[in-house]
Amino acid sequence: MKFFHLVWGNLTRHKLRTSLTLLSILVAFVLFGFLCAIKQALVGGVALAGADRLIVRHKVSIIQMLPETYQVRMERIPGVAAAAHQTWFGGIYQDPKNFFMQNPVVPEQFMAMFPEFILPPEQMKAWLATRTGAIVGRNTAERFHWKVGDKVPIMSPIWMRKTWEFDIVGIFDGAKKGTDTTSMFFRYDYFDEVRKAQNWGQGLVGWYTIRVKDPTQAADVARRVDEEFANSQAETKTEPEGAFAQGFANQVGNIAFIVAGILGAVFFTILLVTGSTMSQAVRERIGELGVLKAIGFTNGQVLSLVLAESCLLTVLGGVLGLALAWVLTARGDPTGGMLPMFFFPVHDVLIGLGISVALGLITGLLPAQQAMRLRVAEALRRM
Amino acid sequence: MNSLLNWLSQIGSIAKFGLMSIPQRRGSVTATVIGIAGVVLVFVGVLSIAAGFRRAMANSGSADAAIVLRSGSDSEMVSGFGRNETRLIADAPGIARNKDGPLASAELFVIINLPKRSTGTDANVPLRGVEGAALQVRDNLKITSGRMFEWGKNEVIVGAGAAREFAGLEIGGMVKVGRESWPVVGVFAANGGVAESEIWTDAKVLQAAYNRGDSFQSVYARLNSAGAFQEFKDALTSNPQLSVKVLRQSEHYAEQSTAMTTLITTLGFLIAVLMAIGAVFGALNTMYSAVAARTREIATLRALGFGSGAVVLALMLESLLLALAGGAIGAALAYVAFNNFHAATMNWQSFSQVAFSFAVTPRLVMQGIIWATLIGFIGGLLPAIRAARLPIATALREL
Repeated sequence: MKFFHLVWGNLTRHKLRTSLTLLSILVAFVLFGFLCAIKQALVGGVALAGADRLIVRHKVSIIQMLPETYQVRMERIPGVAAAAHQTWFGGIYQDPKNFFMQNPVVPEQFMAMFPEFILPPEQMKAWLATRTGAIVGRNTAERFHWKVGDKVPIMSPIWMRKTWEFDIVGIFDGAKKGTDTTSMFFRYDYFDEVRKAQNWGQGLVGWYTIRVKDPTQAADVARRVDEEFANSQAETKTEPEGAFAQGFANQVGNIAFIVAGILGAVFFTILLVTGSTMSQAVRERIGELGVLKAIGFTNGQVLSLVLAESCLLTVLGGVLGLALAWVLTARGDPTGGMLPMFFFPVHDVLIGLGISVALGLITGLLPAQQAMRLRVAEALRRM
Repeated sequence: MNSLLNWLSQIGSIAKFGLMSIPQRRGSVTATVIGIAGVVLVFVGVLSIAAGFRRAMANSGSADAAIVLRSGSDSEMVSGFGRNETRLIADAPGIARNKDGPLASAELFVIINLPKRSTGTDANVPLRGVEGAALQVRDNLKITSGRMFEWGKNEVIVGAGAAREFAGLEIGGMVKVGRESWPVVGVFAANGGVAESEIWTDAKVLQAAYNRGDSFQSVYARLNSAGAFQEFKDALTSNPQLSVKVLRQSEHYAEQSTAMTTLITTLGFLIAVLMAIGAVFGALNTMYSAVAARTREIATLRALGFGSGAVVLALMLESLLLALAGGAIGAALAYVAFNNFHAATMNWQSFSQVAFSFAVTPRLVMQGIIWATLIGFIGGLLPAIRAARLPIATALREL
């Protein structure tokens, strides 16, 4: 710490060069933050998935429906604590661009299955008392300026091809950052009653979520569920929620790979830029380094002086860049609704900090070694 | 005239000086060139995804091909017709005919789970039931290996893209639909269009397997001419027995691809802009140090009577050349790495997979080079102005 002013002095000697290098490092880390947020938006569901939850869907494809009667049979399977179903409603609010998910659910079952959705108790009570009641996530409520008490018309091209009207009775929040609060949930009994009146699709649901008693037994439970419904009209495929989310993300593409590829190109470039700045800095200062050594600085001290300088540069750029990325991504989804879970996760911020230190060490290493190996007499001659 | 020539030769000789000194500034010049190459590589690479996706969609319909959906549907998935409706549509005026009747195919569109070859995880693969005219109502569709499925039999043919992306879709493979297994008997190509991502079978076979009765989801039709579209559309929309949405196939696919291409293009541009800003700083750095290293030469030249405009232009030229070199390297790398790179992604509108190839188009390469030029321009301008403004006496004293 004693030599901090020396390191700082060296860094600020060429103000222009230092600031330009700093700015390119900063931009690299803004990009890092931005890409992490994109990745989070696309594959974040994997990390948020409950370890004790399984998803049961029709074996042929998720668009095929399962009988509602499977609920009771599932709950009898050893190892299953509870089951809850949802169905894809696919409704449109005013314009297809205003996409968000709406699913009919059985309120009590559903809220017990997904504790990450937090709904005030009095709103829950109102939901149970209102047949046409619906609850909506904070994100979507704010997007369309909906409040409790509003009536919301939603046209479903799948179900009855008519406009359904729902009463907003509650607005739920997410328990964690990243919990998706873009969905709307309404009552299954209302949904099925309308289907029954039209004699179309009654008693069918989209998919089930199962809570297992013991997460370590999840694979066994999944197998037992699929065996239970084997050779029936609707065979099932059961998998952990995380695997389901991962599979879904994989359908979009190998996002982690694309993000890693772009970041690789970015950091390789930054490595070159910073490396060339540092070696220039050392080359200009050979004489001074010789003086330092002549007055008794050890090889190790010279090495750490140069390394400290490069690390200070990259960490400064890194911290500023990550902070800026944090501020920029805090404004949320840049695409207007397609990436609801767009944010910069804290653990990626920490990884970013780690990268900034590593960048400093790698770019400083060669010049620092050069500086360390200087022979005093030769270096002084260059003054 | 003479003075112009003189001026040009001034620029030339200063620029030559600069370029000759590049070996001495190897490190920072390499960093800049590679930095700009990186920007162009990522820019062209990301946007080639969107271009490829758009191309797959655009190759999917000519002007005389139409699709009919139930009104209010934004994809085949949520559309639906009974047999009597599809019959009315097929008999509408404007539809081309051959000896077997109107060139219209009433179709069924569902998805099935098949593992993606690249990740091994399940993907929603489109499975389409078609009628006899299906091959005529689409462009350039032909069986490339194996044979067409037999009508009424549990057999499928698969698109070339689907065969490439999803496991088990080679001739002789089996597609599991419920408890039945249907053999793959042929592979077809459709000029890289969307149909290549699909599995096809007889509509009647699919109706039975999915308990769909005698219902369909869409009607694909070939018209007499591109001009017959309006007549066809008017006839259908004014028919009180029908409630339909009539589109040219090209319009339909353009509509289907907007969400995906908008997403990729928005993100791609954001990334490219950020990277370009970073590269501008890198280029500024290089050119400032180039100017600093040559302060004396430049001052000497100006003392000899070289104009400051010539100094600015020569330095800009140097910066632009470096940027162009970087841009060319980046674009070439992008072409080698990404052109025709096969992938499949989710088409949100139909909730199913589309196989496509990345497309590094000449237009993208041009855009990449323009970015590089801009970076070089900005990176060169400020240092060049500084060099030209430096008082000659001060600069010479640095000797």
